[in-house]
Amino acid sequence: MTTTERIPAVEGWFTTSEPYTLIGAKCTACGTVVFPPRSGSCPSPDCDGTELEPTPLSRKGKVWSYTENHYAPPPPYVAAEPFEPYALAAVELEAEGIVILGQVAKGVMAADLSIGQEVEVDLQVLYRNDEGVDHWIWTWAPSAPKGAK
Amino acid sequence: MGTFRPERREVMATERDLVVLGAGMHPWGKWGKNFVDYGLVAAKAALADADVAWRDIEFVAGADTIRNGYPGFVAGSTFSQAMGWTGAQISSSYAACASGAQAMQSARAQILAGFADVAMVIGADTTPKGFFAPVGGERKEDPDWQRFHLLGATNPAFFALNARRRIDVFGDTVEDFAMVKVKNSKAGVANPYARFRKEFTIDDFAGSPIVSDPLRLLDICATSDGAAAAIICTPEYAMKKLGTLEGTVRIRAVANTTPTYPQIRLELPDIATDSNAVVQAPALGFKDSIAHNAYEQAGLGPEDVSCAEVYDLSTALELDWYENLGFCAEGEGARLVRDGVTALGGSKPVNASGGLASFGEAIPAQAIAQVCELTWQLQGRSDGHQVENAKVGLAINQGLFGHGSCTILSV
Repeated sequence: MTTTERIPAVEGWFTTSEPYTLIGAKCTACGTVVFPPRSGSCPSPDCDGTELEPTPLSRKGKVWSYTENHYAPPPPYVAAEPFEPYALAAVELEAEGIVILGQVAKGVMAADLSIGQEVEVDLQVLYRNDEGVDHWIWTWAPSAPKGAK
Repeated sequence: MGTFRPERREVMATERDLVVLGAGMHPWGKWGKNFVDYGLVAAKAALADADVAWRDIEFVAGADTIRNGYPGFVAGSTFSQAMGWTGAQISSSYAACASGAQAMQSARAQILAGFADVAMVIGADTTPKGFFAPVGGERKEDPDWQRFHLLGATNPAFFALNARRRIDVFGDTVEDFAMVKVKNSKAGVANPYARFRKEFTIDDFAGSPIVSDPLRLLDICATSDGAAAAIICTPEYAMKKLGTLEGTVRIRAVANTTPTYPQIRLELPDIATDSNAVVQAPALGFKDSIAHNAYEQAGLGPEDVSCAEVYDLSTALELDWYENLGFCAEGEGARLVRDGVTALGGSKPVNASGGLASFGEAIPAQAIAQVCELTWQLQGRSDGHQVENAKVGLAINQGLFGHGSCTILSV
C-alpha cells in the first residue's frame, strides 16, 4: 500500500487508494447504474428518479474489444515525447451490464490481449503537469500474468 | 437483421414525397480556403441544375461547421448573406456527421408544413490537417474533451474497436477491410468530385502505417474541404417547372434517429455504454434502427434498394452498414465485398461515388453530397461510375452524440 496521495486526472470517477475501483452513479429509484457518474436525472427514460448516488463498480471485467494507438493523440491528450504506442480496451462488467473504455496498463499491448480475457482496474500516471505533479488514471490490467491467459 | 418488413408498402411515390430538383457540389480536396467560397460554388451549381433563381428560394437550410468560427455556426445565414440577402427564411443545423441530413430534414419539414414550396439545403467545410480533435479550450464536462484528455481515444481508435470485433467475432480479415478501399477507390476514379482519384490495390496496404490496430492509414478516411447543395421542392412546384413528374427524384424518407436507452454498443464519443442490467436493451440496436426507421417511412425494404451510399469512416465500418441495412445477416458483411456484391456491377452496389475512401470527410457537406450522388445515379448522370437501372437510392450515416440519419430517394 502506498501512502503517497494520488491526484486523479478526473474527480470522482475512481478510487485513488486500494482496492481500486471505478465509481459509477446508481439511481436510488430504479437501481440503474451509469458511468461516468452523473447527477440530475436517471438515464432511463421510464424512471423519474433524480437522485443518483456514487456506487463502486465491479473491479473485474472481460475485454469486449481492444486496439493500440500508434500515433500520439492530439491535445487535450498530454502525449509523452517520444510517443510510445499504448493499448485501449473496452471492458464489459457483467453485473452492471456496461462496457467501459480505458487505457491498458503500460507495457501490455494489443498482441497480449484477446476478447473475453479477464482484466481488472489498476491505476497509472496519465501525465505530469508543469509543476511536476503526477495525475493518475484508471487502467485495465490483465488479471493473469502476461502469457498465462 | 436482414428481415425488414415494412408495415406500409407503397412502391410509388406519394404527394408527400418531395422532389430533388437540383444538386450541386464543389470538388473535395484540401486547399484551406474559406468554407464559404466552396459553398458558393455548390449553391450556384445546384441552382443551375434546378433552373431556379436564387431569389425564388424561400427557405435556406444550412448545415453547420464548428471549426470555422461564428459563420460556421450560422451556416444558413452565412450562405444567405454570401449569395445576397433575399429575405428568405433560414435554419442552421449541427448534428456532427449527420448535420447535412438534419438540414435536409429541416427544409423538408418546412415544405411539408406548407411554409415554403422550394428550399436550398447546403453545407461546406474547411478542415484542419490530421486527427479531428475537440475544439479548443478546457471543458472538463464535455465527453468529447474527456475522451481525448483522459484516454487519447481518437476517432480511429473507436473505429478500430469495431474492426477488432469483426475479426475476432466474425472471422473477418484485414484483407476484407482492404477490399472495401480497393472497391471504393476504383469507383472514385471516375467521380470528378472525389478528392482521391487513384485506384488502390491490396498490396498497397502492406506499406500503409498502422494508426489504430488493426486499422492502417488506408483503412481510415481523411478529412477534406468540400461543399454540396440541393434544391428541393413540392411536387406541385416541380410539376409547374417541368410539366411532368416523370423521372423526377423523390425524397421517400429522411429519418433522423437517436438511440433508444439502453444504448449498449460503445459509440463515439462515449467512454462507456449504457447499462442493460436493470432496463433491457431494445430489440433493434442503434445503427439497425437508423435504417429501419427510414425503410418504414419509405414503405420500402432492403430488397428494393438499387444502390447505397454508406458512411465508410473506416473500411471495416462499411461492412457493419451492410448488416445494419439488412443487405445480409450480422457477421456476413465481409462476404458481400469478397463476392463483389457491393461493387459496381454487383447486385447491391455500395459507395458507387467512391465513398469517404475517395472523398475524405467534409462533415456538414457529406450527407448532402450523398444525396447529390444518389440524385445523379437515379437520373443516370454518373458517367463512368453509373449503377445500371438505379431506381431506389439510400444514404446512411451516423454522427457523434447519437445522431443517426438515413435518406431514401427513388425515381
